[in-house]
Amino acid sequence: MGLALMAVIWLITLASTYFFAAKTWWLPVGAAEAAQFIDGQFALTFVLMGIVFLAAQLSLGYIVWRYREQPSSPPVLYSHGNTKLEIIWTVLTTILFIGLNLMGSRVWASQRFDQAGPGAVQVEVTGMQFAWYFRYPGPDGKYGATSPKLMDPSAGGEAAVGLNTSDPAAKDDVVTGTMYLPVNREVDLSLRAVDVIHSFFVPSLRFKQDAVPGLNIQMHFKPTVIGEYEIACAELCGLGHYKMHGMVHVVSQADFDKWLAAREAEKQ
Amino acid sequence: MATPVTVHAHAAPQGFIRKYIFSLDHKVIGLQYFFLALTAVWVGMFLSLLMRLHLIWPNAVLPLVGEIKPETYLSLLTMHGTIMVFFVLTTAPQGGFGNYFLPIQIGAPDMAFPVLNMLSFWTTFVAFVVMICAFFVTGGAPLHGWTGYAPLSALPSAGPGEQLGADLWITSIAIFCIASLMGALNFLTTTLDMRAKGMTMMRMPLTVWSWFITAILGLLAFGVLLSAGILLLMDRNLGTSFYVPLVVVNGQIMGHKGGSPLLWQHLFWFFGHPEVYIAILPGMGVASQVLSTFSRKPIFGYKAMVYAMLAIGFFGFMVWGHHMFMSGMSPYSAFAFSLLTMCIGVPSAIKTFNWLGTMWKGHIRFQTPMLYAIGFVSLFVSGGLSGPFLAQPVLDIQLHDTYFVVGHFHLIMGVAAIFGMFAATYYWFPKMFGRMMNETWGRVHFFITLAGTYAIFMPMHYLGVAGGTRRYSQYTEVAYLQKLMPIHQFMTYAAIITIAAQFIFVINLFWSMFKGPKASDNPWEATTLEWTTTTPPPHDNFGGVTPVVNHGPYEYGVPGAARDYVMQTDPATSPAH
Repeated sequence: MGLALMAVIWLITLASTYFFAAKTWWLPVGAAEAAQFIDGQFALTFVLMGIVFLAAQLSLGYIVWRYREQPSSPPVLYSHGNTKLEIIWTVLTTILFIGLNLMGSRVWASQRFDQAGPGAVQVEVTGMQFAWYFRYPGPDGKYGATSPKLMDPSAGGEAAVGLNTSDPAAKDDVVTGTMYLPVNREVDLSLRAVDVIHSFFVPSLRFKQDAVPGLNIQMHFKPTVIGEYEIACAELCGLGHYKMHGMVHVVSQADFDKWLAAREAEKQ
Repeated sequence: MATPVTVHAHAAPQGFIRKYIFSLDHKVIGLQYFFLALTAVWVGMFLSLLMRLHLIWPNAVLPLVGEIKPETYLSLLTMHGTIMVFFVLTTAPQGGFGNYFLPIQIGAPDMAFPVLNMLSFWTTFVAFVVMICAFFVTGGAPLHGWTGYAPLSALPSAGPGEQLGADLWITSIAIFCIASLMGALNFLTTTLDMRAKGMTMMRMPLTVWSWFITAILGLLAFGVLLSAGILLLMDRNLGTSFYVPLVVVNGQIMGHKGGSPLLWQHLFWFFGHPEVYIAILPGMGVASQVLSTFSRKPIFGYKAMVYAMLAIGFFGFMVWGHHMFMSGMSPYSAFAFSLLTMCIGVPSAIKTFNWLGTMWKGHIRFQTPMLYAIGFVSLFVSGGLSGPFLAQPVLDIQLHDTYFVVGHFHLIMGVAAIFGMFAATYYWFPKMFGRMMNETWGRVHFFITLAGTYAIFMPMHYLGVAGGTRRYSQYTEVAYLQKLMPIHQFMTYAAIITIAAQFIFVINLFWSMFKGPKASDNPWEATTLEWTTTTPPPHDNFGGVTPVVNHGPYEYGVPGAARDYVMQTDPATSPAH
């Protein structure tokens, strides 16, 4: 029985570790500035926890086999513990966990404590059951006013976010269902939701933030690789949650300018 | 030193109703909780089976159930989570085993407040009935998930199931909170006031410590959830705006203003995180008890185990914000929550070391309770080690609300806690029913369940790392998610096998109840007080005798003793600790 238990525990442990180590399913290729650090911190955490996982599970398996009761077993070790050992592993675990935590906090701080720098491209993201809308403030750099009274999701576009077209600042606002971003430029994101909580999750850009009704959440990030990336809603928002999908197109600055100009032209 | 306390003496009732239905006997009430949880776990498991089937065969029309639509799927996950967390993980370990064995293990004739005890069970029962009713009302069960985030949960027009179904869901939880508060009060008073002579706090079995600390957590946490639930009901039905700001659903302006969706999350998780420990602490207690008994060795670091549980309970109230790193909460507070969360990993690690230390150089006997206790340790380690990933806000950016989280909490608060319950069932079954369970089938059940649960929940981590979002009824609408379908298929097959294996357990349970070989008073050669009395225990637990405790709870392998264990009530002249 001890042998069987050891075999099963070891097998489970090694099989679990294999699929992690082989990266059969892994983080999608990162396409934003933060990806390098996040992936590095993930890998570090993964290696450290992996070592602890292997050590704990393999020794658990070994101990149950090694100390199975047999006629030839020596008397058990009559011991109520060992204070010195307790202190050693408490201190070691504390250093490991706290150290890991502090290492990760630098990037969190740079991402979330600071505002976007000047020259960032402004985009407002609005989530609603079950679509994402993206608004660009246009040449004046100002978002026009919106009003809940004007919101009409069935009409889509400007009407969906309730844009008040009589506001001068709204004249050049562009509202789209697909997000375009210039590569290597910081994005100054405003996140809003009109009905329930949604979450703007772009795995390849290592970006996630809930969009909360009543809040206007400011975030910033910088895409670094041209490509198309999928958006998946990551907060349960109702029956269409699974299909609240969108696309981010990261393009060159020239292509971005061309795209935005074409949208402005459509509006006139 | 505890002073003997004279307690009310109620004679054993004879009528069927007073004896088995509205019983005041903590043992009967414990069994009532146990069977309620057993019913609930089958309901919850059946719901999870439907979910797993739908995920890989979205268009299948199932017998009895029909077609599962996306909103049906969300109702299933809401009810699965709620039933499992409240009516299984909270009900069986504490209400069931705690009720039955806490008084016996401290040498008391009953709980401090038997009537309150009966009330808390029947209140829980009513809560369960109300919860199940949510399936059968117009619109069906709610789809807002067991976390019930507002505004989704606060707006009847936000989706199907958010009408009467959601009201019943909240009402049921509120009733459950009241029941748990009554239970917690009883557990605390009983532990503090009714210990037998010589049963000092530091001689209490670790199971008693775990129920005691769980009761403290329950007393502090359920009151907050109760208040939060009442406010939510008011937002839904009385036009208040605690959780809902001005919102527009489907082009309609709702009549709310100025509420905060984050307020619900803070209140919910202020309960929700301690709830995790309410589910797992009793499992830790049972694992400690069983590991020591079946290794024939004293528990390694008894005091460290007690302090670790106290530390887990203490820190458990200060980490709720780690569920909210992506919520829009201040990023500065994420720092504090993250650091405190890492701190809670330390006592958890201490416990693991001590379990390994307990088995080290022991004489391990592999009866089924021990297999489950070893399985508990393995699952606790596996589920625990994904914690330090999720505790880092910067990694949460990728992992929050993915299957990585689902895998994490299922391993640690779901399956590990259930392994604790299995260990407890196989361990105490002889005392509760006077017969032994079948060992062979117990082992078969164990090995399939251990391998099966790993096969279901380990792949969830791979899914999550690859960005696999949770609470998606289908993986067909997003291209990168479609590529992850093979993992889902594997998990569904594993779930079917594992669920099928649970029939082995139930059949073994009921067959042994009536046909199993008769159990002796102390079949495992254990030391704690429940093994000093007859099997099953008499109405007043010790047959008119008040036990006197002379030893610590885990005196195994004592050098110079007549046998390899010294029971807590053995004369003090035995080699004492």
